[in-house]
Amino acid sequence: MDRDVAIIGGSMTKFGQRDAWIRELLAQAGEECLADASVAPSDVEHVYVSNMASGEFEGQTGVMNAVAHDLGLMPAYSQRIDQTSSSGGAGIYAACQSIASGASDMTLLVGGEKMTHKGTGGATDIIASITHPAEYKQGVTLPSFAGMTARHYLERFDAPRESLAKVAVKNHRNGVDNPKAQFQKEIDVETALESPVIADPLRLYDFCPITDGSSALMFCSEEVAREYTDEYVVVSGVGGATDTHVVHEREDPTTMGGVVESGQTAYERAGLGPDDIDVAELHDMFTILEFLQMEGLDFAEKGEAWQAVEDGRTEKDGELPINTSGGLKSKGHPLGASGVAQGYEIYEQLMGEAGPRQVEADTGLACNVGGFGNCVITTIMEAR
Amino acid sequence: MAFEAYRCRNGHVTYPGHTLCPECGAKQDETVDLTDETAEIVTWTESTATPPGVREPNTLAIVEFDVDGESVRALGQIGSTDDDESFDVETGDEVEPVYVEELREPGVGLKPVDADQEWDGYRFQPVQ
Repeated sequence: MDRDVAIIGGSMTKFGQRDAWIRELLAQAGEECLADASVAPSDVEHVYVSNMASGEFEGQTGVMNAVAHDLGLMPAYSQRIDQTSSSGGAGIYAACQSIASGASDMTLLVGGEKMTHKGTGGATDIIASITHPAEYKQGVTLPSFAGMTARHYLERFDAPRESLAKVAVKNHRNGVDNPKAQFQKEIDVETALESPVIADPLRLYDFCPITDGSSALMFCSEEVAREYTDEYVVVSGVGGATDTHVVHEREDPTTMGGVVESGQTAYERAGLGPDDIDVAELHDMFTILEFLQMEGLDFAEKGEAWQAVEDGRTEKDGELPINTSGGLKSKGHPLGASGVAQGYEIYEQLMGEAGPRQVEADTGLACNVGGFGNCVITTIMEAR
Repeated sequence: MAFEAYRCRNGHVTYPGHTLCPECGAKQDETVDLTDETAEIVTWTESTATPPGVREPNTLAIVEFDVDGESVRALGQIGSTDDDESFDVETGDEVEPVYVEELREPGVGLKPVDADQEWDGYRFQPVQ
């Protein structure tokens, strides 16, 4: 059995520094999503909760059970999904499988993370714990992987340092129109280039912030969707793939194998190609990642993504708007929530509900990157 | 402790080792001692926002060894046995492994001291 999967509702809490802990964040997004989709709690058959590390961050485990109880979803099947930073995308994957297989007629996906109380050092250490012990003992952090990759990219492809700053400037500008974003503040290239060095050649404004927040989506079959609404979105293809655990073992530091492989699978399943995509959310945890994903997903030739950014091709009014939500860069990156929130932005764009961020789009793509490209989920959606 | 890479019967070499070779799935049943070899810097960064227990700044590099025509890479700190000594490096520079007892302070971060985690190992010092 293989049914078409529809999304009939979504939500996102305010991203930023929040007083709420993980249970409250997840329940808030879940409640808003039920209301947005006009689905009663008793109609939910599966609930997936995307979350990387609530145990490490605040000593609370078993969050799927907490969400199910707080939203009155019992006896729905519940499961927590951890795939580090791509937990949200992995949640989309699991939700789609539950519907396509016929195992569930109504699946709620909620992703969330509570991080800011740990501070930058503490949060960075929790995230760095995903690395192989041989790399961890050297004091490696995800930002330092980004610094090494950025240097290699700039040196090898003779790309100007400013092109990375322009990614940050673009995503901050987009974020101004997103009231849920952590930062609604424009920056200029000079500010980005003069900000403190974090992992040379990358500076503060090349990195996303540490964030609290939650986001949710409601999945069902197309047949069921029509009972609830005339307007919905379908997931036409989703792919997931894994790259090495040890980052330095990759042959080409500028190629994320998981991006390439998950993208190919998603394109294949959707019967679409890069030219068919009207809007994309890419995982800009670091500015350099936007280049790597643009190239891995065939939006640009190898070593040329920086030119597309320089030419304004990825601006909101460009040929392929990237990160209209503001991206992780300005919207924030609550680990387990991010992949779901990417999906929510594409959902809103395709439904024509993106307000001042609205672009013309019938087909959208979201690429959610876990670790430093260690696990990747690519999702393609179409308006119906 | 020696600085060892791992080799399978088909000649693929990795650092660190894996249960099965990532390239071909064969057992990695040989080790290759890299302690006295030199490597070339593929790329590097100076990290100035380091987690608890890690030196700051922490200059890190991905380096490449040549083992009988097969390349094997490692990631490590740039430095010497003296924790306070720093070096300016460039891509392409030649480095050699130097052993230190504590690459980062054990037990300060998320991982307990007795976790599945070694705390000693090799830095890479530029060859003069």
